[in-house]
Amino acid sequence: MTTTERTGTGGATPASPAGPGTSDKARSEQRLGWMLAGPAFVIMLLVTAYPIAQAVYYSLFNYRLTDPDNISFVGLNNYAVILTDQIWWTSFGVTVFITVVTVAVELVLGFALALVMMNALKAIRPVLRAAILIPYAVITVVSAFAWQYAFSLDSGFVNSWFSWLPGVAVDTDWFGGTWSSLFVICLAEIWKTTPFISLLLLAGLAQVPDVLQEAARVDGASWWQRMWKVTIPNMKAAIMVALLFRTLDAFRVFDTVFVMTGGAENTETVSFLAYRQTIARLEIGLGSAVSVLLFLSVVVICVGFIKGFKVDLSQARGEK
Amino acid sequence: MGTRERVLWIVAGIAIVIYALFPVGWIVSLSLKSSADIANGQFLPTSLSWENYSQILVGDAAELFLPALRNSFGIVLISTFIACVLSMFAAYAIARLDFRGKRLILSTALAVAIFPVISIVTPLYNLWRQIGLYDTWPGLIIPYLSLTLPLSIWTMSAFFREIPWEMEQAAQVDGATSWQAFRKVIVPLATPGVFTTAILAFFIAWNDFAYGISLTSTGAARPVPAALGLFSGASQFESPNGPIAAAAVIVTIPVVVLVLIFQRRIVAGLTNGAVKG
Repeated sequence: MTTTERTGTGGATPASPAGPGTSDKARSEQRLGWMLAGPAFVIMLLVTAYPIAQAVYYSLFNYRLTDPDNISFVGLNNYAVILTDQIWWTSFGVTVFITVVTVAVELVLGFALALVMMNALKAIRPVLRAAILIPYAVITVVSAFAWQYAFSLDSGFVNSWFSWLPGVAVDTDWFGGTWSSLFVICLAEIWKTTPFISLLLLAGLAQVPDVLQEAARVDGASWWQRMWKVTIPNMKAAIMVALLFRTLDAFRVFDTVFVMTGGAENTETVSFLAYRQTIARLEIGLGSAVSVLLFLSVVVICVGFIKGFKVDLSQARGEK
Repeated sequence: MGTRERVLWIVAGIAIVIYALFPVGWIVSLSLKSSADIANGQFLPTSLSWENYSQILVGDAAELFLPALRNSFGIVLISTFIACVLSMFAAYAIARLDFRGKRLILSTALAVAIFPVISIVTPLYNLWRQIGLYDTWPGLIIPYLSLTLPLSIWTMSAFFREIPWEMEQAAQVDGATSWQAFRKVIVPLATPGVFTTAILAFFIAWNDFAYGISLTSTGAARPVPAALGLFSGASQFESPNGPIAAAAVIVTIPVVVLVLIFQRRIVAGLTNGAVKG
């Protein structure tokens, strides 16, 4: 897009020399462009900017839905309450843990899957592609139930299948402890979202020029050397995009936790905390403050990625 | 490729298929277990039983599940349709016209896509209650647009940019009216992109849980994922595992069918929007 704007023939940008007669055309294009794209733009703003502004506003009040007549302005007090509470830091820690573990595993696993799909025989490629799309398409709640039931005491097969592993017995209660619960939550998340990373990486792999690979092979580079020196540097953009989007997504984890543990055993994530404060406890003020903090965390992650890895998101997303 | 290498890749391919299908196979297997069989500690049922399916389709759980299924289909199809129409216009403008603000629209879409849903749900919950949209279809359709619109705009503009727009002029030079040129040349080229976008948007909205569980309270608007999530809480049945598994299988069928028919396009859409842009 960037280049179209700069070199476009319409002359919409003031800098470009508008020939005689083009300025009318440019103006009408400008108008038509906004007429066509405007509705989508306005709706996006309405469904997100407005609620966020409202959340920021309510986060400054002591406001319980059970006691709607007693709204009082408390300034940043809600934030102070949350940030000094152990519950926030536990849920923040859990969220960071789930994010780091799942994204790290998914990146490695997703890359492996992409390599297999890349190298698989032509005949079985469609089969692999269809298979790998299934976890992506299965709804998160269903995947969460599938994994929960597999590990649960009253319906699962995992305990009887893996009782030969140290620490696993027929009566191991996976959802009775923080770490074992988090383990199952991460498994479910990884299963469900690796395909996304994997497909993005596959697209990245396909963009690595064959010539470079060949040249490195001729020069006697080993498989590992080719991988590190040729393939991976050439698909940096795809890796960054996959990482960024999965990190943002993982940080918002909600469905899986809701279904599997309902936040029990210290497995509450930040999203779950926001949900619980507002919807379950009707603490609009506190809940809004948690929402705003969650939103800020996501913004920080995004900015961190863009600055840290110097990803130009528009470039990474390949705007032409 | 040597024989040894070939065998290796085939084995790896089989591993992928097992990886992808195992949990799905397990939930199907669980849904076919009779209540006596649920706790057998095995992957497979000892005998096939349709008990769970009859419970959610005609039995006790039907009044929970069937309205939810109807809600899901209705709400998701409407929001997919709206998102597609709006983003079709937007993507056409972005791909075809030169106007200031293109970048702003695309960045807004990106920003909306990274919004944490729960951060939007909290204020919406309050607002919807005040203006009467809580627990209604429009009350979910509108927030679903925040999920479907950004993705639709990105993928569709990616598709539309690939269309050789000059062909339209060429057709006009050959004597076609501009409407004919558009209709005969551009529409056929644009349809696959619109279609792919619609499928992806459908997936995203069909998958939603946070909005569904927070902005509804009864069968009037509650979609399937939310209904499933609450099944477990309601102790209406001795053990809800079987019926939930059956319901899970039923909601998975439409998406699996879509995947199998349109897999090539879905991959193109996912990677187009995200990597190639």
